[in-house]
Amino acid sequence: MTDLMFPIATLGGLGIGFGVILSVASKFFYVPVDPKVEELNHALPGANCGACGYPGCGGLATALAEGRAPVNACGVGGQKVADHVAEILGLNSSLVSKEIAVVLCQGDCDKAKDKYRYEGIQDCRISSRLSDGQKSCSYGCLGCGTCFDVCQFDAIRMIDGIAVIDREKCTACKKCVGVCPKKIIEMVPYDNEAIVKCKSEDPGKVVRGNCEIGCIGCKICVKNCPSDAFTFENNLAKIIYEKCTNCKVCVEKCPTKCIVNPVKSGDEKTIAS
Amino acid sequence: MGNIFIILVSTIFINNYVFARFLGICPFLGVSSKMDTATGMGVAVTFVTTLASVVTFIIQKYILDIFEIQYLQTIVFILVIASLVQFVEMAIKKMSPTLYNALGVYLPLITTNCIVLGVAILNIQEGYNLIETIASSVGASLGFFLALVLMAGLREKLELADIPEALKGFPITLIATGLMSIAFAGFAGLV
Repeated sequence: MTDLMFPIATLGGLGIGFGVILSVASKFFYVPVDPKVEELNHALPGANCGACGYPGCGGLATALAEGRAPVNACGVGGQKVADHVAEILGLNSSLVSKEIAVVLCQGDCDKAKDKYRYEGIQDCRISSRLSDGQKSCSYGCLGCGTCFDVCQFDAIRMIDGIAVIDREKCTACKKCVGVCPKKIIEMVPYDNEAIVKCKSEDPGKVVRGNCEIGCIGCKICVKNCPSDAFTFENNLAKIIYEKCTNCKVCVEKCPTKCIVNPVKSGDEKTIAS
Repeated sequence: MGNIFIILVSTIFINNYVFARFLGICPFLGVSSKMDTATGMGVAVTFVTTLASVVTFIIQKYILDIFEIQYLQTIVFILVIASLVQFVEMAIKKMSPTLYNALGVYLPLITTNCIVLGVAILNIQEGYNLIETIASSVGASLGFFLALVLMAGLREKLELADIPEALKGFPITLIATGLMSIAFAGFAGLV
């Protein structure tokens, strides 16, 4: 009988003992959790992809509750999640606009010149180490498809040697933004109808020599903009999206056509063709 | 003192739990893709293993040995480790949120890490006393830490290497682990 008693008593006793200790500890070590965090956690997609920059959906929920993150921080969930989050936090989500990633380069095989032919490993992070990549323009898209590889939403296509992002498929997860060694992928407001698709800070003459479609720093857009939405630094025009009224004067005036209207002209058409 | 040193060297290098005993391969492959997560996991494992082997040592000596029910060792130790990890997690959450955030998800994951159980059982088998048990478990977890950090360093480089499609990801990691294991076999005979 004792052969049976000791093991049962030991194991049962230990089990009960640990159970009691744990339940006492959970009372003793109780940390109050903001009920909002719990609610936000349910509202988020729960994919724990980390695209928002926080450690999983739980991390973002905490940040949202503390007001450290904007309500649309979850790019994957899109407008629906942003609305839900705003509702929980008692904020208005219509104030924040949807963003998408855009490759700020149009220098494809026909329009931009190459310095040499690259036949190494097909990864921009590696090819960019070899004297800034094969493109004559040291700011341009190298077209090895590193962003294409990291995109989990099938939103990036490699067309004529440059990356093009599908407006509708982009979920603003920012993976491509982080991985691009040239830093030419940037977040722009989804409904903005004018984007300067060039990042070259070279003087106009150099740009002209390298690429047909780069920003040559002529400042025509800066002078013609009725709402003063341009800044001009380092031979490159930039749009301040908050000020832009989508009048599209710059799109018409730009002599090299490097300011484009992504809603109409740009990316879908290229992808369709 | 010399004895302690030998145990440390032996568990870190010669009988490295990952490369020589093949324990804890799952977390080793799972969290060795980035250096910072590898460090987090390493610290958490060191902490839990040391604590768990001290507690299991006491339970073995004062409960299992006295009642002569050593055959219950495995199940009792699993019970101890699972409860201990839970308890430690709650305590850290309350006392040091910073440490809790640093260890993050790795703390509960350790419950299922076979190194913790392996070290506890091997310590008993070797007949170590309390001091030797602590030395052995610190050494074992430092060995795991070392393996994890080495692998994380390698895998960060492997990300950029031109690897044949079929070998990308886990296959190449396992091959690299095998090669590192052979390299660690070079330590045999050191002590």
